[in-house]
Amino acid sequence: MRILLFLLRKEFRQMFRDRSILALIFLMPTVQLLILPQAANYDVKNINLALVDHDHSSYSRELTRKITSSGYFRLVGASPSYPEALHLIEESQADIVLEIPRGFERNLVREGTQQVAVAVDAINGTRAALGGAYLTRIISDYNSDVRLQWLGPGPARGTSVIDVAAINWYNPLGRYYVFMVPAILVLLLTLVGGFLSALNIVREKELGTIEQLNVSPIKKWQFILGKMIPFWLLGLLVFTIGLLIARGVYGIVPVGSLGTLYLFAAVYLVAILGFGLLISTYSENQLQAMFVAFFFIMIFTLMSGLFTSLDSMPAWARVLANLIPLTHFIEVVRLIILKGSGLAEVSCQLGYEAIFAVVLNTWAILNYRKTT
Amino acid sequence: METNPAPAISSHELSKHFDGFRAVDRISFEVAPGEIFGFLGANGAGKTTAMRMLCGLSYPTSGQATVAGFDVYRQQEQIKQNIGYMSQKFSLYEDLTVLENIEFFGGIYGLTNQQLRTKSEELVTTLGLQSEAKKLVRGLPLGWKQKLAFSVAILHDPKIVFLDEPTGGVDPVTRRQFWELIYAAADRGITAFVTTHYMDEAEYCSRVCIMVDGRVEALDSPANLKQQFHTDSMDDVFYQLARGAQRGE
Repeated sequence: MRILLFLLRKEFRQMFRDRSILALIFLMPTVQLLILPQAANYDVKNINLALVDHDHSSYSRELTRKITSSGYFRLVGASPSYPEALHLIEESQADIVLEIPRGFERNLVREGTQQVAVAVDAINGTRAALGGAYLTRIISDYNSDVRLQWLGPGPARGTSVIDVAAINWYNPLGRYYVFMVPAILVLLLTLVGGFLSALNIVREKELGTIEQLNVSPIKKWQFILGKMIPFWLLGLLVFTIGLLIARGVYGIVPVGSLGTLYLFAAVYLVAILGFGLLISTYSENQLQAMFVAFFFIMIFTLMSGLFTSLDSMPAWARVLANLIPLTHFIEVVRLIILKGSGLAEVSCQLGYEAIFAVVLNTWAILNYRKTT
Repeated sequence: METNPAPAISSHELSKHFDGFRAVDRISFEVAPGEIFGFLGANGAGKTTAMRMLCGLSYPTSGQATVAGFDVYRQQEQIKQNIGYMSQKFSLYEDLTVLENIEFFGGIYGLTNQQLRTKSEELVTTLGLQSEAKKLVRGLPLGWKQKLAFSVAILHDPKIVFLDEPTGGVDPVTRRQFWELIYAAADRGITAFVTTHYMDEAEYCSRVCIMVDGRVEALDSPANLKQQFHTDSMDDVFYQLARGAQRGE
């Protein structure tokens, strides 16, 4: 025990003497939480629309006005012909072309039906799908306006209409940052636990100081705890700062219990520290450790449901995602912070994290050798 | 001396192979307690590899060896309790102060707070580091760093101290002072096992062992070796032995 105290004292002295770590503790959560949720945003706005209006009627102008005043579309050009509008898409100046055919007003009035053509630049799939959907929605709204005007209020003749009214729960305004901020808290812990710890140990390898420890009677568990405890505390500190920023800047106050949240964070940190430790036992220098950690953390981040929904992944990818400690924690953090789930609802994921913690740390301890 | 009943170090046919390369090839020797044992050899002769096996940092491929009476295969942890080690690389923490380093390394060898206080004071005074005691080790000149590293390596009064090229890159005056520290330690009963390729340092040793291409080619006191090779300098002895070496860096 006394030996562990000496190890911890040394580790903390080094940590607080290292300005870059101190800066990291405060800058990392601030920068990530202030910038990422604002910039990495799935709300689709400012879709560039090229309009080809062959009709030039009051109806077609009314439709155009409705579209541009929706706030989602920006009219970048009115072209006389479809090929010219398509040219705008080729030059990436426009995302969507809306073609209103000649006789739009006449057909709508006389025959009660008319087609319009929409062409979408689908390179950015999300933007294309959402843009197309918004446009369709606006046109069908306009359509019902026209019906209303002609047929008067009341149920549409001959057809029954099911009107769907949706209410968003847990994120009533459908704001993307509400989805992102909790997940970024997890990312912060991952970076502190997985990156910093691995680099720290490998740095001792590079400097040769680890050999001085390996030739001493320090036990393996003492060395490993001596490395883990400081980063564990550091992780919880960064997490706390992150929670405060989430509250102060985004007004996100955890609905669920803070105790459950911290319990989960504590277990998760042990798991991810084990991961960092494992990397350090396999790496000879900081460059190697950095590359390996970066490789895994990138996969972890992209596969964990941080940005995209797990449910839309193929089955094999979901299996893979479940093997990533990040996945469960991101899910749980969202559950606890936004939904207010209790310990009982997240106990299964907590079990997963505990298994990760045991497996990764055991592996790391077995692979750390004082004698080679 | 080879018949001493309890040698500090005893090695018999100790070997280490790396993928078929015989870094250390069946070396046998004994080191008596209190001896200053010089381990000489050109770069790549296998000195460091041999030393790492004796310190319990690396497993031998074959052969036997005991250090302070403990087996290098099975009792590395006991060996580690009883030795001090100063590696080729400077391995104190540069971002800790002199006193913090002393406290840390003393602490992990189980020194009590009282012992730590006395030892720190003693060490700082001996090395004349009073005004540097609270400064980071990073700022010390290399010679002082080396002397400090040696003093820290014997802080816990080990039975044996292993020094791997301790005076590399240090000026002759400081090297001299360094050897005075080794003598002082030997007077306290600490056996010193020193690798070097400075031949003047070989003269300071009670006995030297010269390694060529992983094998022990000569083992005796400097005086006897010079007589045996009909010369009056260790330089010459070493040159006669080492010129046939195949390896080099």
